[in-house]
Amino acid sequence: MKTEGRKERNVKALVCVVIALAMISIGLCRGEQSVIYRKAKNICMECIGIG
Amino acid sequence: MKKLFQIRGILQGAWTAVSNSYLVGFLQGNIYQGKGKYLCAPGLNCYACPGALGSCPIGSLQAVFGNLKYTVSFYVTGCLLLIGVILGRFVCGFLCPIGWVQELNHRIPLFQKRKSLPGHRFLKYLPYGVLLLFVIILSMLTVRQDGIGTPWFCKWICPGGTLLGGLPLLLGNSILRQAAGMLFAWKVLLLAGVLLLAIKIYRPFCKYICPLGVIYGWFHSISLVRLHICQEKCIHCGKCEQACKMGIAVEQNPNSPECVRCGDCIKACPTGAIS
Repeated sequence: MKTEGRKERNVKALVCVVIALAMISIGLCRGEQSVIYRKAKNICMECIGIG
Repeated sequence: MKKLFQIRGILQGAWTAVSNSYLVGFLQGNIYQGKGKYLCAPGLNCYACPGALGSCPIGSLQAVFGNLKYTVSFYVTGCLLLIGVILGRFVCGFLCPIGWVQELNHRIPLFQKRKSLPGHRFLKYLPYGVLLLFVIILSMLTVRQDGIGTPWFCKWICPGGTLLGGLPLLLGNSILRQAAGMLFAWKVLLLAGVLLLAIKIYRPFCKYICPLGVIYGWFHSISLVRLHICQEKCIHCGKCEQACKMGIAVEQNPNSPECVRCGDCIKACPTGAIS
């Protein structure tokens, strides 16, 4: 019973990992990382409390 | 396993140092602009920190939510899903600089320590509201002309940006110092409040504000890093629940979404039933 519960959790986790990797791939193909980089490479004025 | 939790404080400090190791930024009053910023840091690590080598996941999420072209972020959501499923809130206990700073403050021998604020059973749902309103809705509704959204959580709430980004940058950059106004004053006040409260209450920001903990907590039922209680060894003494500073009924719900994987329950258990 315990083993089945653990097995079920592991399967769910594995499915989520696969979905996550697929989402990351889709995001990279769409070029979303460039939006993040554009934001992150400049000083975030809102984050530091300037504006 | 116990040893890992015994050196947790050292690991937290080491991770904070490594993930914010662009020392030139601190000296020159600017930030790292290398390719590391394409990657999401696991914890709440402001990308405005002079030393930060990666991007804050919450800041990145808001940047894409408010973007005219994308709105929904597959990349950041995928990163959060991956980290959440593998580590869950192990990130909070080991890899978050803000969590570490609060824990350091909590060790200051002032005030009588409390686990939580009065009204905790209602206040613990505040982070869900912060996530929904400040991170998602407001970021989606307000888009600037340059196509990047306004990060409402970062701008009005996050003390990490002030502590890791604002204060070091303003110290090293005179132009930014001149531009500081009421918003900066508000953020410093908020930071001071969180740090002062952390002396008395264990991890108040994590318990009552942090939206990232909410996201990682969702995966606790399936995350690969999880707590397990051996029922044969458990003598139902309740020491785990007494030791838990997050106010969790450990025996009933060892993988509660509020658990930050600090390991205090593991250390307190007299029979080694928790692993």
